[in-house]
Amino acid sequence: MAENSTVHFIISRQDSPDSEPYQEEFHVPYRPNMNVISALMEIRRNPVNAEGKETSPITWDMNCLEEVCGACSMIINGKPRQSCSAIVDQLEQPIRLEPMRTFPVVRDLQVDRSRMFDSLKKVKAWIPIDGTYDLGPGPRMPEVKRQWAYELSKCMTCGVCLEACPNVNSKSNFIGPAPLSQVRLFNAHPTGEMNKAERLNAIMEDGGLTNCGNSQNCVQSCPKGIPLTTSIAALNRDTTLQSFKNFFGSDQV
Amino acid sequence: MAGNREYFYRRLHSLLGVIPVGLFLIQHLVVNHFATKGADSFNKAAHFMESLPFRYVLEIFVIFLPLLFHAIYGIYIAFTAKNNASRYNFFRNWMFVLQRFTGIVTLIFVVWHVWETRIAAAFGAEVNFNMMENILSNPFMLWFYIIGVVSTIFHFANGLWSFAVSWGITVTPRSQLISTYVTIGIFIALSIVGIRAIFAFVS
Ligand code: SF4
Ligand code: FES
Repeated sequence: MAENSTVHFIISRQDSPDSEPYQEEFHVPYRPNMNVISALMEIRRNPVNAEGKETSPITWDMNCLEEVCGACSMIINGKPRQSCSAIVDQLEQPIRLEPMRTFPVVRDLQVDRSRMFDSLKKVKAWIPIDGTYDLGPGPRMPEVKRQWAYELSKCMTCGVCLEACPNVNSKSNFIGPAPLSQVRLFNAHPTGEMNKAERLNAIMEDGGLTNCGNSQNCVQSCPKGIPLTTSIAALNRDTTLQSFKNFFGSDQV
Repeated sequence: MAGNREYFYRRLHSLLGVIPVGLFLIQHLVVNHFATKGADSFNKAAHFMESLPFRYVLEIFVIFLPLLFHAIYGIYIAFTAKNNASRYNFFRNWMFVLQRFTGIVTLIFVVWHVWETRIAAAFGAEVNFNMMENILSNPFMLWFYIIGVVSTIFHFANGLWSFAVSWGITVTPRSQLISTYVTIGIFIALSIVGIRAIFAFVS
């Protein structure tokens, strides 16, 4: 089709972390089944904008190209999602690309998601298995529970849920939905459970769980369908009990 | 280690909104509703409330202090949000925005209402059927009261929904859906009570 011979992109660009953003338009030759990343690659091969002027290639982040690493997330036509799984044929044109500005913009569409990895460290989102002696095999996990936990483990730290959350912004230090849900995942693990209180106490610190305002945008936006708001509510229950234990002391450890 | 005062404040904010402020709201609406039975019965009910023992202690600890904390911390919460309902057009996101919006409207309304009634009473005015009849005879004030009362009730009903989530009472999507219906019911029921009372003062 003639009108499909090129694809119209309007891309929000930014030369450095502190410089002003601006928009640049591109007409990229159409190929069947192309996705947003292949279009960006085409611009990189031939960095000429819609006015026919030579420009710098666009910077973006990517890795797996199959929607499991989360690196390529950006705002595509107003929605935060992965650009590797954004198929051009399914998008309305012009296709507008913007970086997820909840995170510091490095350049163009590339953002720095370090805060999420720092949060995962903060909440100890792992199972500690190192000891000075052989700890032996851990307790077994029931198969149904394993299947349930697998859903939570699909998180790829893409940042879409933080981008969608009205309470994650420059005025607040809210940790955001993804690391919270990871606390639920690791607290549910038979070995991870041994550090349950530690993780709960970490998310009860400033910027933690209680900053959630229940807009529930996260669960609507997560590309992996992770039940984020259920995790948050379950953690609300756990921290309620934990805070009573902290305050009154407990009859068991 | 970072502090966890915020955790305490947020939970306290959530709790105070229901107990005692929410309970007081219901009681207040019920007393107002006596107006539908005529001036005498309203005056009797209002007088009964005024002559409760330890009135000042009750007022300070059950109403003013909790309300003050809820209001001030609530303003802080409302202004740390970056509302995005135009981009994320979901029901709960709209409730999130409305909860913050009605919070501010309710605050303006309550401040004015307390000034006009309770503070006036402290300076010698008598709070009775006639007073309300006078206030509400002004069409602007009538609308101000209708909007104020409905916004307060919305803030309470939707706040009850979030309260249940924040304390881990409703965890699963199904329980949260059911509590959505329950709190919508509470909103409608209390709105009827509130609006009927307002119109009882309009002759
Ligand atoms: S929870 Fe979902 S939206 Fe959030 S970072 Fe993980 S995969 Fe992305
Ligand atoms: S490149 Fe890994 S999710 Fe897109």
